[in-house]
Amino acid sequence: MKSVLQIARYLALKAVMLGVTVVVGCYLVVIIANMGGALDDVRRAEVRSNVGSSIFLDPANRGVPATVLTQMVDDLARLEFERLGLDKPFFPGRSLEYLFTALSLRLGMAEQLTSDTGSREVRRILAERLPSTLLLFGTSTLLLFFSAVRMALSLSRRYGSLMDRAIVGLAPLSAAPGWFYGIFLILIFAAVLRILPWGGLVKAPPPKEPLAYALSVLQHMILPLLAIMTGGIFANVYRWRTFFLIYSSEDYVELAKAKGLSSRTIQSRYILRPTMPTIVTSLALLLIGAWQGQIILETVFNWPGLGRQFLAAVNLNDTPIILGTTVIYGYLLAGTLFLLEFIYAVIDPRVRVGGGRR
Amino acid sequence: MSSLLRALKELRRYPSAIAGLAIIGLLIIVSIYAMVTIPYSEAIRLWRGGPGVWDEYPRNAVPAWFDWFSGERLPKTITVDSRTAGTRTVEPLDGGLVRVRYTLPFEFPYAVFPSELSLFSAATYEGKRTRFTATWIQPDGHTIPLVSDRSMRDTDTYYISLDNNLRDRLPRAAAPEEGLFLAASDAAAAHPRAPASGTYELVVETEIPEGHSFETRLVVFGKAYGLAGTDNRRRDIMVALLWGAPLALAFGLFGALVSNIATFVLAGVGTWVGGHVDGLFQRLTQLTLLLPLLPIMVMVGQFYGRSLWLILGIVILLNIFSGAFLTYRSMFLQAKEAPYIEAAKAYGARNGRIIFRYLLPRIVPVLLPTFVLVIPQFVFLEASLAVLGLGDPILPTWGKLIYDARSADALYKGYYYWILEPATLLMITGFGFALVGFALDRIFNPRLRTM
Repeated sequence: MKSVLQIARYLALKAVMLGVTVVVGCYLVVIIANMGGALDDVRRAEVRSNVGSSIFLDPANRGVPATVLTQMVDDLARLEFERLGLDKPFFPGRSLEYLFTALSLRLGMAEQLTSDTGSREVRRILAERLPSTLLLFGTSTLLLFFSAVRMALSLSRRYGSLMDRAIVGLAPLSAAPGWFYGIFLILIFAAVLRILPWGGLVKAPPPKEPLAYALSVLQHMILPLLAIMTGGIFANVYRWRTFFLIYSSEDYVELAKAKGLSSRTIQSRYILRPTMPTIVTSLALLLIGAWQGQIILETVFNWPGLGRQFLAAVNLNDTPIILGTTVIYGYLLAGTLFLLEFIYAVIDPRVRVGGGRR
Repeated sequence: MSSLLRALKELRRYPSAIAGLAIIGLLIIVSIYAMVTIPYSEAIRLWRGGPGVWDEYPRNAVPAWFDWFSGERLPKTITVDSRTAGTRTVEPLDGGLVRVRYTLPFEFPYAVFPSELSLFSAATYEGKRTRFTATWIQPDGHTIPLVSDRSMRDTDTYYISLDNNLRDRLPRAAAPEEGLFLAASDAAAAHPRAPASGTYELVVETEIPEGHSFETRLVVFGKAYGLAGTDNRRRDIMVALLWGAPLALAFGLFGALVSNIATFVLAGVGTWVGGHVDGLFQRLTQLTLLLPLLPIMVMVGQFYGRSLWLILGIVILLNIFSGAFLTYRSMFLQAKEAPYIEAAKAYGARNGRIIFRYLLPRIVPVLLPTFVLVIPQFVFLEASLAVLGLGDPILPTWGKLIYDARSADALYKGYYYWILEPATLLMITGFGFALVGFALDRIFNPRLRTM
């Protein structure tokens, strides 16, 4: 028997551990993204150079002696350092500041990038890219997942059939990732046949009417979706087929067959139900993965998603955006993992809590 | 271990596995060939390019075997060197000078215009600059003056195709590489325009101090080259195709094996030792799951360095405590309870002996398919990073080729071969390992075998 107290203690422990993991993970990202603090020297040099050129090139300052100007540059640079917080050391001050701004989800201001509307707020910049990311990767994840599970179920019932062997034979195609097929697809449909767009979210200039706009977006989604599907479908079907095969040779399934239950009943009650936790877990983890977008696929298809935003942030050393993306992903992942723990601990009778330890 | 060998022998029963092994074998042969014929440092030097390396290769030339399919003979590069071909006359002048006059003849049999024309020259004297005059003679005897009294350095290149003065003088202001090959009678005609075939001559005349030498070389750049073609920097793509093989194999094999074996051993040790070690490993796994792998690689590439070997090291580190760790761990947890391990404990075997002699070997067969199946993932990871522009700056890899081609809009401009060649090789490589891996999976997972 599980006692409520035991479950609560177990879950609390898990929550603390996940929380610590998120904090440590984010701090690692802070350090990596700042090259262990060395990036601050670059930032200071950049500020100084900007201040310097603004003062030395100012026509109003012509004729002022160089020593005075240098003094002005020093003073102004010091003010700028203070404004940007660059006067403080990276360890522990600034690094922790980055960490807390991110962890508290305030996210702060981007250092280089702006949103298309001109805002510096990390929150806005990310929010701007979210719809297109979710549209493409949400759709593709759901499509890939459900078609793979469905196909795998029907294949596992028709084990050894022609269709089954064909899918197994095609599984090695998934050795190449989606973006790779994307290049081939662009070559065929955009370069040679010229029937689908090369990339992007919507044609330029964007259509005014909502319907035409939606149709244009759909048209631009065909190739990326196809690329993701080609790269993932065969291996996924293969994996789920193996999984279902293992479960459909359990004794209780044999018994159900012997009792003469219909294959539909066997499938839903004796195969799907016990495998549901695994299916739900993997769907949840896949959906979280969609948050980050896919850097390469977005690059290949010129898709304005979070992945390319991240790449741009890395290229411009924009720590707040790098961290903002990471921290939201971290929270989503930790939250989902915790939720799954919770579901298992409370619902699944096979998961033992507390007891069973030596 | 004998069961492992037996299972490997069973691979012969799978035609797909044989095909996969053949592909891998072929790749290894190509790699060895590449490393023997083009040493590592030479490959880097060639791919870096620079003055004097690829100057006389055509730009964006398609592979020569395209002719078989198009039915059209694309021109190959023609080089006429004054040292080996043509005639020369030397005529002494006043003031210690000589007038050197070269006639460089060449046969142009193609029905397609060449891609470029350049005149390279080298002289052995230094100091005072001198001048040269060049005249073009078409097969029908029509002469076109190219330049007269053009000033010349001791090592000089006259890019005929870029000479805008010449272009303006040609009929219909055609590009020099086309206009110079148009028969005078043809020049007025509209489309289609085709070069006149026959023997062309270039006459180069200069005055140099006596006792010195002056040599010149006319290069008529073709539109087809070699087995793989060339890129926009005139580099022979073959170099990167050849060297891509050992680099992809090294990255894939080394990355997959080292990270997998490390994961495997650590999972075994952690499970057996238990307690804090196991707990620490689990935390580390959770941490790596949280860290986004590709973005981290991007950051490392951007902030620290892009050497292939540095990236490989980081990839291995990040992959040790990956999702696979949890899978292995759960397998070891089951295997740990096996009676013969109890027996080993009972007779007092040491921990090391139990882990390495009993625990690990028991799981190896189950994991062999995974070992092989992750190799393509590493191969494509390198390609992914390269496509993002984070490839090794000096090494020629297949991913770098795709990156170069994409940044030069190869697909848009119709240079399909440039992207298709490395992509096909990547595909074949991934496919080869995957074929073997999936066959191994069927052998080692008895439940998947045909009943």
